[in-house]
Amino acid sequence: MLNIENIGKNFGGVKAVDDLTFRVDKGEIVGLIGPNGSGKSTTINLICGVFPVDLGSISVDDRNISKLPTHERVASGISRTFQNIRLFKELSVWQNVWVALQKDSYQSLGWMQEWFGNSKIQKERIKEILVFSGLGDRFDDLAGNLSFGEQRRLELARAIASKPKLVLLDEPAAGMNSDEVADLRQRILDLRELGLTVLLVEHVMELVMNVVDRIVVLNFGKKIAEGNPQDIQKNIEVQKAYLGGA
Amino acid sequence: MEFYLGILQTIGFHTLLGLSAYLLLLTGQLSMAQVGFFAIGAYASGILTVIYGLHIFLALGVGAVTASFFAFLVGFPALRIKGLMLVIATIAFSEIVRLYFFNLRWRIEKGGVEVGPDGAQGFREIRYFAANGWEPYQIVSFIWIVVILVIAALWWLDRVKVGSVLRAVGEDELAAQSSGVNLTIVKVSAMTGGGFIAGIAGGLYAHSTTYVDHNSFTILLATFAVAYPILGGLKNVFGTLFAVVFIQGILIEGLRFLGDYRNLLFGLLIIIVMNFYPKGLINIPIFNFSRRTKKGDT
Repeated sequence: MLNIENIGKNFGGVKAVDDLTFRVDKGEIVGLIGPNGSGKSTTINLICGVFPVDLGSISVDDRNISKLPTHERVASGISRTFQNIRLFKELSVWQNVWVALQKDSYQSLGWMQEWFGNSKIQKERIKEILVFSGLGDRFDDLAGNLSFGEQRRLELARAIASKPKLVLLDEPAAGMNSDEVADLRQRILDLRELGLTVLLVEHVMELVMNVVDRIVVLNFGKKIAEGNPQDIQKNIEVQKAYLGGA
Repeated sequence: MEFYLGILQTIGFHTLLGLSAYLLLLTGQLSMAQVGFFAIGAYASGILTVIYGLHIFLALGVGAVTASFFAFLVGFPALRIKGLMLVIATIAFSEIVRLYFFNLRWRIEKGGVEVGPDGAQGFREIRYFAANGWEPYQIVSFIWIVVILVIAALWWLDRVKVGSVLRAVGEDELAAQSSGVNLTIVKVSAMTGGGFIAGIAGGLYAHSTTYVDHNSFTILLATFAVAYPILGGLKNVFGTLFAVVFIQGILIEGLRFLGDYRNLLFGLLIIIVMNFYPKGLINIPIFNFSRRTKKGDT
């Protein structure tokens, strides 16, 4: 599914990501964890093409995407949410999803209809996505007027509207209480039910340990461990990285 | 009567100019190039009716397409710059256009008289309307039909997916890209469309005043063009129209009796409005008629 090989990224001499290699298989939920500044968000941004990799390659289903611009990576099946919620706050809830709706979610429409139409097929698809995301009753509200938890859910709805194969979640549990984290956990499991693959960057261990199949641990841009949640919890290197021991 | 028709004409051109800037502001581009496109539309369609004897509709169309072609070209370098840098770059474009027309001399003999652009002397004798017996009220009606068509087109754009995509790009480029939006296509299309609207406005302006010169196309006009949608608000197209009526109709014409104090009050009123309604005049409660505002949002 997602294959990352020896990627590297420097920011003015600082190695934010250093020779990182890992893979995510179809249908898996993989956690990417590490202390602050370990390169997790940079990795997500490299996968999405926010900035280009200096070294190495990123491929999805054996297709090298490392040179593609962001919107073409979306078309090839990658979507994401953001660490700080980035909704289109002045647009309504359904328009947020509409923007991300890609053509193959309603193939019967021509491009003229896609861009200049206001069709039932599109509206039905949007409704479906919003109901799935637990926002069925907020269809017409402005995105900026939603509560924090709802905004997170809308970001998730927007991320699945582009019919991705792989969803990257950048710290989705940040600022959530434990009820909301439990709800989020269920929603991530629902994504897998839909047949999606998930890469989860997260600090909240309560969520990571209870939802992922496999964990990749970063420190100073390097991978220091990889394995299932139980092994990672016992791993000495990981404990050192988190506790600051040298 | 003539006086009021004159104000209506002015409001018409300025509304078109404001709407061309509105379309770009939706995508977050603050462009001072609108006056450049306006000038290109004015000169191009003027040359077409005066020198080539084309019909006014055809001349306006070709003038607008010419302006949108230049807008398309400006659109690409504009992708890479934002905010203040874009303002400065587009000012430079408008000045280049103005200085080009300042130096453009293209005179031909027609019916025993020399016609055409004459450099610093300006471009006189754009007399299509007079020569074809258009009455002033017909000219004003024609201008307003165009204004209404443009307003209708932009209103409709907000009802289809393109409208949401334009606004999404204006709000957050990264989030829009990450939702699969091709920024290049969206921003260059908006620039091209804005150039088209400004080009038509320029053609109408040249023909109804019968005379243009480089002084008609200064940066002050570009400032007005972006001030209208900002003052009026971007919620829908009517914000721009309200702002033009407010500035051109009420502040500039309605306050003439105040003499020199008018300019003072003019600035003051704009500051007051922007303080109370930072998202524009369209958010003043009496204008709350659209569906979105009924939901009780700001």
